[in-house]
Amino acid sequence: MDKMTERHTIGVLVDNEAGVLARVVGLFSGRGYNIDSLTVAEVDQNDHQSRITIVTTGTPQVIEQIKAQLGRLVPIHGVTDLTVEGPHVEREMALIKVAGGGETRVESLRIADIFRARVVDSTINSFVFEITGSTDKINSFVGLMRPLGLVDVSRTGVVAISRGDKPM
Amino acid sequence: MASAELTGAEIVLKSLVDQGVKVVFGYPGGAVLPIYDAFFEQNKIKHILVRHEQGAVHAAEGYARSTGKPGVVLVTSGPGATNAVTGLTDALMDSIPVICLTGQVPSHLIGTDAFQEADTIGITRPCTKHNYLVKDTQDLAKIMHDAFYVATNGRPGPVVVDLPKDVMINTGPYVGPKRAQHSSYKPQVKGNLSSIKEAVELIASAKKPLFYSGGGVVNSGPGASTLLREFVRQTGAPITSTLMGLGAFPSTDESFLGMVGMHGNYEANLAMSECDVMICVGARFDDRVTGRLDAFAQKSKKIHIDIDPSSINKNVPVDIPIVGDVGHVLEDMLKVWKSTARKLDKKANASWWATIAKWRERDCLKYLPGKDIAKPQYVLETLQKAVDGKDAYVTTDVGQHQMWAAQYLKFQDPNRWLTSGGLGTMGYGLPAAIGAQVAHPKSPVICVTGESSFMMNIQELSTAVQYRLPVKILLLNNRYMGMVRQWQELLHGNRYSESYMESLPDFAKVADAFGLESLFADHPDQVENLIADMMACEGPVIAEVMIDQKENCFPMIPSGAAHYEMILGPNGDQPAVSAKGAALV
Repeated sequence: MDKMTERHTIGVLVDNEAGVLARVVGLFSGRGYNIDSLTVAEVDQNDHQSRITIVTTGTPQVIEQIKAQLGRLVPIHGVTDLTVEGPHVEREMALIKVAGGGETRVESLRIADIFRARVVDSTINSFVFEITGSTDKINSFVGLMRPLGLVDVSRTGVVAISRGDKPM
Repeated sequence: MASAELTGAEIVLKSLVDQGVKVVFGYPGGAVLPIYDAFFEQNKIKHILVRHEQGAVHAAEGYARSTGKPGVVLVTSGPGATNAVTGLTDALMDSIPVICLTGQVPSHLIGTDAFQEADTIGITRPCTKHNYLVKDTQDLAKIMHDAFYVATNGRPGPVVVDLPKDVMINTGPYVGPKRAQHSSYKPQVKGNLSSIKEAVELIASAKKPLFYSGGGVVNSGPGASTLLREFVRQTGAPITSTLMGLGAFPSTDESFLGMVGMHGNYEANLAMSECDVMICVGARFDDRVTGRLDAFAQKSKKIHIDIDPSSINKNVPVDIPIVGDVGHVLEDMLKVWKSTARKLDKKANASWWATIAKWRERDCLKYLPGKDIAKPQYVLETLQKAVDGKDAYVTTDVGQHQMWAAQYLKFQDPNRWLTSGGLGTMGYGLPAAIGAQVAHPKSPVICVTGESSFMMNIQELSTAVQYRLPVKILLLNNRYMGMVRQWQELLHGNRYSESYMESLPDFAKVADAFGLESLFADHPDQVENLIADMMACEGPVIAEVMIDQKENCFPMIPSGAAHYEMILGPNGDQPAVSAKGAALV
């Protein structure tokens, strides 16, 4: 019975109205679907539309259900499964606070350089790094920072868009 | 654009009138007083005062299901709205169009835990198709019309419009219902033609075809039932129906195998199991229908017509999905079938019918007549004789009596059978009968109920009396929550934990106290007269029949079992229910 689960990145275009996020989140919790990450922000100020990017895992049947269930929510304009609809770009941003002094402080800066993370705040004994990339890349960076005085991590979750010239 | 502005309450009323609403079921309270005040000064819309908000929603469901039009509910904030939740969930599960207007505390008090404040939008979000909080009287008219559009288009369902008191008092412009398409909600109505052609091809190639129709046919309107009848006749294939679909196809027709599912007919369930092409029309492969999923209809290719894309491949993977309104899809299918002069293989079809005839010989609804105490099956057969040709509406509550009614009554037309299928709401029957009777004042409306279900919304007797609604309550009294007892026998070693109804009231005195008539029978010989008297009553009546306490509802597919593992009667070899099955509902 243990069917293989798949990770899918789903883009959802919604009316930016009160409660729309609660509808989407309630759908996932009410029907027992997973949310690995979720991001949302208004993307069209004139039409008041927001774009939600959801990363979820489930069997192919569950993924199909998720899309169909999202599609029947009234304020939703479109649902796209970026994972099946061809090549797409996924990015996540994180702010990572590392504290310490001496050699570990220098080491964290060196690794940040390798990962093209930027220092956006600095005190005498701490950095805040800004890093953008795939979820895996950020996971690796966080892992490397851990022994070097990792204090806090704040991540945006995945945003994604299809490659090429077509809209969703 | 300087047309006179209306108050919010007036806009609510005007939009209801413009939507063709004739009746509202409701209960007043502080937050909706402005709307009730607007109701006071008009006579275009009739208000039916229920005795509990749950009753208002069920009554609206009964009205909607029996007319095909949306039912409208008006309740106050806080407890008014929370009491409506069961009815809303019921309407969502059974796809009944209901517009429920809830009062709300004034905007500036929202979020302050004000008196009779509840987060109605938050509470009803998962139990409605959609809901709206109106924040500004400017938006009110548009939202009202949107609510009707959403409730009645696509797969129908309940919609809540939450109305803060200040929004009802402030003024705003009125706009009529005619406007451009909804910006985001555009359900697909026409089916994909190449899928339809593929489906026709598959049906024509079938050796053992079976139609499996559901509530979607009823929801699509009487036209869909007509098309279904014609298509079934054109093919000559057998048909079975879900609980919700009863009436879409005449029960007395030779092609009809009876209801399918947990308490469905032997021949219908075996046909499901054995068919090679299944044509699912507006049904959703509910667990009551499928039984154990990995043993469900393994031999068939499946065509699934449904207006809701999320119903497709939800429980059972299908071969040809067709998203669309069943009426439109059946129309196109029938056209393709006729224009390509399709016919089923005569020989194969004859042998399929011969197999079905063998199953029918089991006569699965046969029962031993009661000698000193009436059998419920007999009561329902007697009712069937009494309503034959009378265009009666039947509502039920939930439990054994509901299944017996589904098995023994013969439905000829859609919209005549009102029952709580998906949610299984005890207490649905009486208010639903009230709603149906309001819509059809001249037709006989019978509520088949059990004593336990009846008690759940018994206060609505008062509504029936107030509006002189001659609902006929056929009360099958076995002093048990019969279905609970039946499951306790099957799964829990006859330990009747809390399923016996102690301290039942004297229902004749209840009737007397509420001001309606009552009839009583405690012997099989009295049943015929009781039902004749009940049918002759001009006002509301409780007709109580004492029935065999030990009678169980058969056939039965125990939970977790397959269609071919049916229990046919009390004396048959009963397969042991698996531990997995016992954990199911």
